[in-house]
Formats: sequence, structure tokens, C-alpha cells
Amino acid sequence: MTAALDIKGLRKSFGQTEIIRGIDLSINRGERHAIIGPNGAGKSTLFNLITARFPPTSGSISLHGRNLQGLAPYQINRLGLSRSFQITNIFPKMSVFENVRCALLWAQGYRYSFWNMVSRSRALTEGADAILEQINLSQRRDLPAGVLSYAEQRALEIGITIAGGADVIMLDEPTAGMSHSETDYIVELIRTVTEGKTLVMVEHDMGVVFGLADRISVLVYGEIIATGAPAEVRANARVQEAYLGAALEAEH
Amino acid sequence: MMQNPDNTQGRMDGGISMRTAMPWILAALLLLVMPFVFQSNSAITIMNQMGITIVFALSYNMLLGQAGMLSFGHAVYMGVGGFVCVHVMNWGIFGSIPLPALPLVGGIFGMLLACVVGYFSTRKAGTVFAMISLGVGELIAACSVIIVVFFGGEEGVSGDRTYGLPFFGVEFLNQVEVYYLTAGWLLISAMLMYLFSRTPIGRMANAVRDNPERAEFLGYSSRWVRYNSFVAAGFFAGIAGGLFAINYEILTEENLNLTTSGSILLVTFLGGVGVFFGPVVGAIVFTLLQTVLSLETEIWSLYVGALFVATVMFFPSGLAGVMQMHVVPIKLGKWRLLVMPYVTTLVPAIFCIIGVSGLIEVLFHARHAAIGETEMTLFWVTFQHTAILPWVVFALLALSGFWLARRNAPSLLDAWHRANTPDGADT
Amino acid sequence: MDLILVNLIDGLVTGLLLFMLSAGLTLIFSMMGVLNFAHASFYMLGAYFAYQISIYLGFWMGLLVAPPLVGIVGAAVERYGLRRVHQYGHVPELIFTFGLALLIEELVKFIWGNDQIAYRIPEILEGAAFSISSYDIPAYKVFMIFLSLGIFAGLLFVLTRTRVGMIIQAALSYPRTVEALGHNVPLVFMGVFGVGTALAGVAGVIAGPVLSTFPGMAFVLGSIVFVTIVIGGLGSLGGALVAALIIGWMTTFAKAYNIRMEDILTSLGFTKPEPVWDSAWADLWTLTSPQIADILPYLLMILILVFRPHGLFGKRDV
Repeated sequence: MTAALDIKGLRKSFGQTEIIRGIDLSINRGERHAIIGPNGAGKSTLFNLITARFPPTSGSISLHGRNLQGLAPYQINRLGLSRSFQITNIFPKMSVFENVRCALLWAQGYRYSFWNMVSRSRALTEGADAILEQINLSQRRDLPAGVLSYAEQRALEIGITIAGGADVIMLDEPTAGMSHSETDYIVELIRTVTEGKTLVMVEHDMGVVFGLADRISVLVYGEIIATGAPAEVRANARVQEAYLGAALEAEH
Repeated sequence: MMQNPDNTQGRMDGGISMRTAMPWILAALLLLVMPFVFQSNSAITIMNQMGITIVFALSYNMLLGQAGMLSFGHAVYMGVGGFVCVHVMNWGIFGSIPLPALPLVGGIFGMLLACVVGYFSTRKAGTVFAMISLGVGELIAACSVIIVVFFGGEEGVSGDRTYGLPFFGVEFLNQVEVYYLTAGWLLISAMLMYLFSRTPIGRMANAVRDNPERAEFLGYSSRWVRYNSFVAAGFFAGIAGGLFAINYEILTEENLNLTTSGSILLVTFLGGVGVFFGPVVGAIVFTLLQTVLSLETEIWSLYVGALFVATVMFFPSGLAGVMQMHVVPIKLGKWRLLVMPYVTTLVPAIFCIIGVSGLIEVLFHARHAAIGETEMTLFWVTFQHTAILPWVVFALLALSGFWLARRNAPSLLDAWHRANTPDGADT
Repeated sequence: MDLILVNLIDGLVTGLLLFMLSAGLTLIFSMMGVLNFAHASFYMLGAYFAYQISIYLGFWMGLLVAPPLVGIVGAAVERYGLRRVHQYGHVPELIFTFGLALLIEELVKFIWGNDQIAYRIPEILEGAAFSISSYDIPAYKVFMIFLSLGIFAGLLFVLTRTRVGMIIQAALSYPRTVEALGHNVPLVFMGVFGVGTALAGVAGVIAGPVLSTFPGMAFVLGSIVFVTIVIGGLGSLGGALVAALIIGWMTTFAKAYNIRMEDILTSLGFTKPEPVWDSAWADLWTLTSPQIADILPYLLMILILVFRPHGLFGKRDV
């Protein structure tokens, strides 16, 4: 079985500085994989490289065995990879319902058509409403997305990300800036909506990471220093030394 | 400001209901009876001009309002469509084409041009798109004196619409027949453009306008989405060009240049880019304003320019946006609260505007009238611009109006706030 | 050979003039992200102000006083107009400056009338400075070249040797960072807008007498200025200079050498249809280079955009 996501020898430099310094990572199908690391380790850059927001300097990325070299973000999305953003990235002027409906259009095969009416498609309306139900925003359906609370916007962002039915979901710090209760809500949400899918997430909250992930990779200064099950990573001496010790101490 | 969430739709709305069809039926009826209400030739001429401007402005708003692309060269798609139509009128085969089909030819050629230009211009939205549209517009406008075979040089190209195949016996000899042709196309194009905004590609145009990057991560190429909107807008601009050709039977360089492109931006923005019917309001108001003001004063474009700048600064959602702002007070049943404050603020404001424009007119006359010609008529009063009294009267009007409006403005704001607050809600 | 030299000088004058306009436009754009559509209108205001002042105090006082006046008008526009519209985003800002361009043209018509005004070069600069074989080089052109070069030297000094210049330079390359450092204070905005429009004012003062001063002069030159900065790459001062010179020389040479399409086609082996005005290709056969000189910049822009979407030296996405 080919891995859902396979990264080989990935490097990225901005000018003189090398931010990603040779990453090899393989993420299996159906796995929930978390990437952790101190600030500035290159986690978001890694995300942006995978989703072609920036081109890599060298190395290769494959999705289900298919090389993503030279593809544009929309092409990668069509191959079944969807992502959320660290800074909330929704359509603030459109209604909550429309945000989700737009995310469904491509997956439901409407593509660039100008001969279908979106409001006449029962599948679209029902699909969008089902997702709103899932992310618990049915009450907010007709409000402009820009007026939602922060946690609600984050939930909507996740809703948009999963709506297209991609089987590889990448979430960039889904719980950043949230209170405890909001975090619990989002974690539950992530758990249910990624059932049976591959999840790759960057996260700072160790509680979330150890509760949710099947495997964890630790990224420090552009290199992965350890990958494994939560217990292994927790026990890894290098991780302890480089990063996790401090982080775990801070947790308690 | 450009939001257009269709939250008016019901939950399980599928097809055409009475409520969604009603505005169109009313519009059709209105278009039908207009020539019976306004029978004079000049009124029909104005209405024809309005109809053409509405189609053009709606097409422009497909770019600016729906897809977030600011164009300074939209006139060329209308112009080229129109030029092709005039050429068709001059060809032998015209005798076998019914005239009402002619705008379609214009539409197709407008669309073809947009297909070519869109290839390199829709890569980016925003400033880059605006500059490219300006450059392409100027290029084609400048070509009109070089490619004389097609654009007819400085005289332009003219034709005769009556050589076409009679359409159920109608030969389009008089203005009313042309009016109904224009009205028919207006209704069809407006409906098609409205429907376009409800299609997947139309919805994605809004999404790309708001957040092109997010749209890319939903599987859509934002460039391709923009390209589609651009081509569709070119098609409807071409239809407007065809209608122009039928109505005026002549096209010149003026149909291509920056002045025309700029004025359609003005019309659309004045009407409001965030609402579908905004450009319709803009086209009607602008055409009326142009007709009335240009009869009354030489410097009407100064007023229009000032109005435009004021709209951008203070009411960026345009006239339709201002209208829409009143939906909430009306729904809450509190619009009565607004009546008195409106009267006490707007009446002085109107006096202030009359005073200022009076001063401007007198000043203009004093500066530019022929030597010795000191008599002028303004607001149905004839006086000498050398006299001191008119200056004093206008200055007093302006100052007192300004002072009163300024004094009453806070009460209007307050009333506005109360009218928008539901009963029982804490203020 | 001599003719080439004369045309080089002529093209240089046009190019430097274009650069004076596009430099201010680029500075404003780089700092504020606003493409000032009304930029050429400030150029026009420069010419009209200088004309009005020259009536009473002569050309030289006009040259001295008009640009600062234009700068003050520009700063006021930024302070009371643009700053308000800024909150709505870049597209409304562009629409605002477009409206402003219309309004300024109407105001100019209102004050000075629709016709060309008699704004002339000073007597001392009338006549030729020197001759190249039989061609006279007007003294005014030499004056324009030296004045422009002087201004650019001053600008270069301010940009590279002063603190304000450092901030502006940093803003050219790293707009976000400068913003984050807290330099993006409204005062700097207003100042840059004022200086940029004052530069356009200078261009107007010195170009008014030779290119003629009339209410349409802003729109005539305006679109060429935008084409210049698109070709050079939005936000690049060096690009603007190169593009301005290319356009200046290209149009001058196209006008000076009457290259006829007929000659090219004949030498390629085509036969001229007779009579030519009945042929569908009449326009192609009668095409001459002076005829298309004014549209060459637009053609160049389209070519550049197809092959180099960011312009000659542009790096930034806008």
C-alpha cells in the first residue's frame, strides 16, 4: 500500500537561510499524524510546501504515490488534499451556508459550469446543511461568516476544509488562540470529521496532540528529529532534550 | 460592502417560485407600459439610452461587483460588438437576418475579444488587472484611427437598421419599435446575468473576489474563474453594443475610449456594486441626471464628478446600498422614526447644495460668459451676475443650510440607531 | 548619424519627463499600495498653477512656487480623502483617485476654461542652445534635461543619504516589515503623497509650455505613465526609469523615421493592390511608423505582460 503522503529529501531556502533542511516523512492512509516543534521550526513552511503555496528548493512530495511537483494548489486539492490555515481564511462576506456550499462545488462535479443553478441542487443544499450540522453551526447558517465568533470561524474553516471530501486533511494549528472549552469542542469536532481519513496537523497544545494523534513527528530547525507513536516520542531522549521536556514542563 | 449573501432564500428552495419570479414579471410589465406613459419622442429616446446603459452597467458589474475586477477599458467590448453589428448592417446578408437577432452577433464578437484579452489580463485581480484593462482599452481606442477599414477613422461607421429582414412585419422605422427591441434584450440579458450569478461559476466568482487563495484550496483556479466572468461580461457588453448600433446606427471612436469606460464605472458605482440591481438604479439615475443637468447647466459634469467622489468617500455601497440599509428599519416597523430627522436634516442640506451650486454658476458665468453679457437665468430667476444680491442670497442659503444640517445631523444619527434596534434589545 | 543624435536628445527629454511622473507614482505606490490614478492630474495642476503665477511673477517664480503648491494640494487630498477611503480597500482607493482625476479636470475647465492657455517658455530660453550640423537643439530642451537630472540627483541623495530616505527605500523592498516597525505613520504617508504629487507638479511646470496646457493633458499623458510603470514592474524605481527611456526613444524614433509598411511588404515580395483604398488590406499597406508611434507603448506593454507578467524589473505581487 502506498503512503497517503510521502515526502523525500525536502528542502526549502529563503535567500541564504535554509528553513527546511532535508525532511523525509511518510504518512500512512487513515493515520492521524501530528507535527510538533518549537516556534520557527518550519512547521507552517512544511505545510505550505506540501500544498504548493511555495515551491520547494529540492526534494519530492507524493500524494497517494503521485508526484506533486509543479502542480498548482487547486490541482493538488483536486487530487484529494485539503488544508486549513493558521490565520482564519474564510469568505467573510458570504453567508456561513455559502462558505460551505462553495467548498462542495468542485467535489460534487459542478466545476466551472454555468448551466446549473446552485440553489436548485438538492445534493448541494443538503450536503452543506449536513456539514453545518456536523460543525454545529446550523443556527448561524444565514449570517455573514465575518460576524461569527473566533471559535465559530475556526469551526467553519474546518468545515470548509473537510467539505470537499478530500481524504487527506491538513490542519494548521486548529486550536490556536482558543479557550479550554473551545479547544475541547474543536478536538471533538476534528475527531468525528476525520473518521476514516488521513489527518496531518500542526499543533502547539500538547494535550490535543497526545489525545488525538496516532503518530507524532518532532520538527526542530527544519529537521525531523523523531517520528513515532506518542509514547515513543515522549520517551525519546533527543526530543526530551531538544523540545518536549520544556514543553511538557510548561504544561504542568 | 460588496456582500451579497442570498440569505433571502428559503431553506429548501428549489426552483422558480412565485416570489423569485415576481420582480421579473413586474419589470416586464413596467417595460411594456412605459411607452404609453411617456409618449414623447424624447422620452422614448431617453428610455432607449437607459436600457442600453443598464445592460452595459450590469455587464460591468459582473466584473467589478461580482468578481472584484476593476476595469478601465470595458467600453471596447461594447464598442467592438457595436462596430461588428454596424458592419453587418452594411453587408448584403443583412437582408436575411431579422434585426432583433443582431445584438447576438455583437455579443459573440464582444465575447471573442474578451477571450483573447482575458488570456493575459485575468492572471491577477486588483491593481494589475486595472492597469492592463486601461492599456488594452487605450490601445484599441487608438487603433480606431489606424484600422480605418474596420473602425472608419474619425467619422466612424454608420449603417441603416431598416435594411434587415422584417420581423413579423416590423421594420423598426420608428423609435417605439426600437424601444421594444431594446426592452426585450434588456430583460433577457438582465435575467441571464442574474442567473449567471446563481451558477457554480458565478458563486465562485464571489468567492475568488473575497479570498482568491482560499478558493484555490477548494479546487478552483482563481485565474480561470476570473477568466470565465471576464468572457461572460464581454458577451453582455457586446450585446449592449449591438443595441447601441441598432438605436443610433453609428459607432465612432467615442464608443471605445476611456471616457466611456470611465463613465460606466461611474454609473455602476453610483448605483451600487454590492447589489444585483445596483447598476440598474445607477443607469436610470445617471441618464436622468445627464439629461436634466446638461439642459440646465454647462458644467454638469463638474457636479457629476463631485457626486461620484462624494459617493466613493461617504456611501461606498452606492444608491442601492443606501436603499438596502432601510430594509431593517422597515422590517422592524420603525421607519417612522426616521421621517422627521430626515426632513430636518435633508431639507437644509438641499438648500445648502442649491446655495453652493448657485455660487458656482454665478462664478462660472462671471468668468466665462462673453464680454458684456452679464445677464443670466438661474432657478427661473433672471439677474445680472455683476449685482451683489444674488451672491449674498446664495451665500446665505449655503451657509445657513450647512449650519442647520450640521446641527440636526446628530439627531438623525440617533434616530437611525434607534430605528435599527429591535424592541427589547439593549442599546 | 546627426539625426540619430538629435532624436536621442528628443527621446531623452520625453523619457525623463515620463520618469519624473512615474517616479512619484512608484514612490506612492510602494509606500501606500495605492496606484494614484489622479497622478497626471497633479501634473496638469502644476502647469496651470505655474501659468497663473507666471502671469504676475514670471516663469521662474512659477517654477519655484507651483510644485510646492501642488504638493500641498496632494497632501490635503491624502489627508482628507484617501485616508478615509483607505479602510474600504485598494480597489475603492483606485476608484477614488479615478473620480478625483475626473473632478480635477472639471475644476480646471471651470477655472481656466476648455481651451488651451497661453503658457509659454521664458524668453531667455527661447532659441537654440547649439546645433548639430543643420539641426538646432532648443535651449529649453537642454534646460529640461538638466533640471530633471538635477531633481533626480536630489532625489537620489534624499533616498540614499537621509533617514527618511532609508525608511522609504526599506518600504520599497520590504513593505510589511517597515509597517511592522511602526514607520508607517500617517505623516509619512501624507509626506510621500505630497512629495510624489509635487514631483508631478514640477513635470507639469516644465512640460506645460512645450506639450501645451489644456484640460485634457492629464488623460493624454496619464495612461502612458501607467503603461510605463507596468512595463517597468509595479513598485520598481529602476524599472520605471528604464521603461520611461525606452518609451521616450521608441516613440521619438518611430516619429522621426518614416518607415512605411508598403516598403516592408514590397521588399518581402508582396505586390501592392491597385487602387489600394479598395483593398481590405488598405490600412496595412498605408501604415507608417509615425502613425503607430503613440500606440507602440501599449503594444510593448501587452508583449511584456504576456512574456514577463511582473514587468521588466518587478518582483512584487500586487
